[in-house]
Amino acid sequence: MTEQNAGEKKTSSGKIAAAFEKGKKEGRPLFIGFTVAGDPDYDTSRRIARAMIEAGTDILELGVPFSDPVADGPTIQLADGRAIRSGMNTDRLFSLVTDIVRESDVPLVLLVYANMVYRRGIDRFYREAAAAGVNGILVADVPVEEAAEYIAAADAHGIDPIMMVTPTTSPDRIQKIVSYARGFIYLVTVCGVTGARDIVAPESIALLKTVRNHTNLPLAPGFGISTRMQADAYYSAGADGVIVGSAIVQKVEENIGDADAICSAVTAYIAGMKRK
Amino acid sequence: MTNTGTGNTGTSRERTLFGQYGGQYVPETLMAALSELEDAYLHASNDPAFCAELDLYLQEFAGRKTPLTYCPRVSADLGCRVYLKREDLLHSGAHKINNALGQALLARYMGKKRLIAETGAGQHGVATAIVGAALNLSVDVFMGETDCVRQALNVARMKMLGARVIPVSCGTKTLKDATNEALRNWVATVGHTHYLIGSVVGPYPFPRIVRDFQSVIGKETREQILQKEGRLPDCIIACVGGGSNAIGIFYPFLHDDVALWGVEAGGEGLSARHGATLCKGTPGILHGAFSYLLSDNYGQVTESHSISAGLDYPGVGPEHAMLKDAGRVRYEAVTDTEALDAFLYLSRMEGIVPALESSHAIAYARKLGPELPENHIMIINLSGRGDKDVGTVMQIMGDRL
Ligand SMILES: Cc1ncc(COP(=O)(O)O)c(C=O)c1O
Repeated sequence: MTEQNAGEKKTSSGKIAAAFEKGKKEGRPLFIGFTVAGDPDYDTSRRIARAMIEAGTDILELGVPFSDPVADGPTIQLADGRAIRSGMNTDRLFSLVTDIVRESDVPLVLLVYANMVYRRGIDRFYREAAAAGVNGILVADVPVEEAAEYIAAADAHGIDPIMMVTPTTSPDRIQKIVSYARGFIYLVTVCGVTGARDIVAPESIALLKTVRNHTNLPLAPGFGISTRMQADAYYSAGADGVIVGSAIVQKVEENIGDADAICSAVTAYIAGMKRK
Repeated sequence: MTNTGTGNTGTSRERTLFGQYGGQYVPETLMAALSELEDAYLHASNDPAFCAELDLYLQEFAGRKTPLTYCPRVSADLGCRVYLKREDLLHSGAHKINNALGQALLARYMGKKRLIAETGAGQHGVATAIVGAALNLSVDVFMGETDCVRQALNVARMKMLGARVIPVSCGTKTLKDATNEALRNWVATVGHTHYLIGSVVGPYPFPRIVRDFQSVIGKETREQILQKEGRLPDCIIACVGGGSNAIGIFYPFLHDDVALWGVEAGGEGLSARHGATLCKGTPGILHGAFSYLLSDNYGQVTESHSISAGLDYPGVGPEHAMLKDAGRVRYEAVTDTEALDAFLYLSRMEGIVPALESSHAIAYARKLGPELPENHIMIINLSGRGDKDVGTVMQIMGDRL
């Protein structure tokens, strides 16, 4: 990757940026909700996505299930397993995206592992994702050093490459990452895998402030956020949104076999997170 | 330990690659640790005190140098001159200790107090438990639940050595998932923990570090064969799981006119369940590296199978991927049954009980031998001893033993 294309980055599809701008204007941070595509099955997953959006999810993050999700804790690992067993694959993923996007205009972000993208063909994956209505893609195991082809494909198809900054990321790397990322910065709040926790580590607040000094991109903390109290702590430290994953996926696990119960649990949970 | 081979030079991304393979496909959280490790390794490998201490441990603790044993009965049977590189005689019973010692000393060099490791057969877990005890580092070993059952003896050995064995119940419950769990644990403990990876796999710099530490096998072999035969061998055969014993013996011969054969787990046959990643896989990304991989058309990694837990892995080291594409090493597979036959063959012909992993190399030697001229010198890397496999073999053979 050359330093050149850092300067002349293409503009994003704009849908993600617009969502953050709208939030800013209304004086409220965004709620970014995560669910695993196809968990526990295609039809229920589609209903969960709709319930999340109706409950006020501002950006929908869809996890692409993978056999070896090294960045994920037990909750999402199990969800990936359920989704794969129910027949989720890349073809059905894009048709699920199409179905979801047809019913709403909330921006949609994919969280995916490199092998799923590589195996499809990097450019083809981004092209098909864009055609289906995806606005941003985060590849969990592609750090900025390996990202050139992925960013080129994102550029070619008008998708925002979302990238992570973590508590171990050095200032040099932060600078490099924010120069390639678009849409928003995914702030990983803990050294660890995904999974619901109820703490706000002081270093994650410090990280938020550090990254803020490097970029004007919206900042959204994630990994381990499950309570309203945590979300508020990040909001008051200046976060533009929070990302909640495992806490939502847990509602699926707890109500497995009963799609209505899953959807109402997810709805009630998000309402609680969004309450003024 | 200097790097004279392909790749790994300069400061750009190219240094992390073996041809087009390798790289660092890990979550951002680990990038700082990989760069710390790379720096520490560059320092340590150029630090005479570090190298001297490693050499001392390899000799006095692990039992190097290992013999290069001429096999008269096997030679007569196969019709060429057959030697075994006797990694089975090392403390712990396998080549894994070469790498475990090197990396544990490196961990201490970096000031890390805790080691984690993944293990399949349990050999690498045992090697890590041994060096952890010897160097007073705490050890947690991740091991698939299925492997815990089929290698129960090694689970007990690790516990006796003071290590904690953490059974992994996700995914396929074997080496692949133990590696995932070790990576996850490392992400969360990266400040004080070194991930002592067991083969030439994972993100850069691991494939290079492990290759360098295992290259002692090939360096000794080269000296020994020159001394015994006055010339280099005609071929070298080694089994390939992740590929560490193979690259260890191949590496010092890569630029010589020596035929190199890597033997993978053919399992129940290449059209059934197997672990022959280079023979039957396609390029893809797993455990931090771009290499060959067994996966379906959508990219889900598929389950491997082998009679030997140490070869039961759907990935392989990126340097092997490069050597395959370049045609420098030829990769073949033998089945579970052929490996089992070879296990008994070597035991009965030479009084040496090989590990089931190493038995794959023996089995291929038996196929290759009869086609070779009488003065042909063949070296087989006997990566480990078969004590740990006695239970498995008894279960399969029963009364036929
Ligand atoms: C004796 C022995 N040989 C070979 C292997 C395979 O590993 P590698 O291909 O890294 O040498 C193992 C793995 O556990 C082993 O125990």
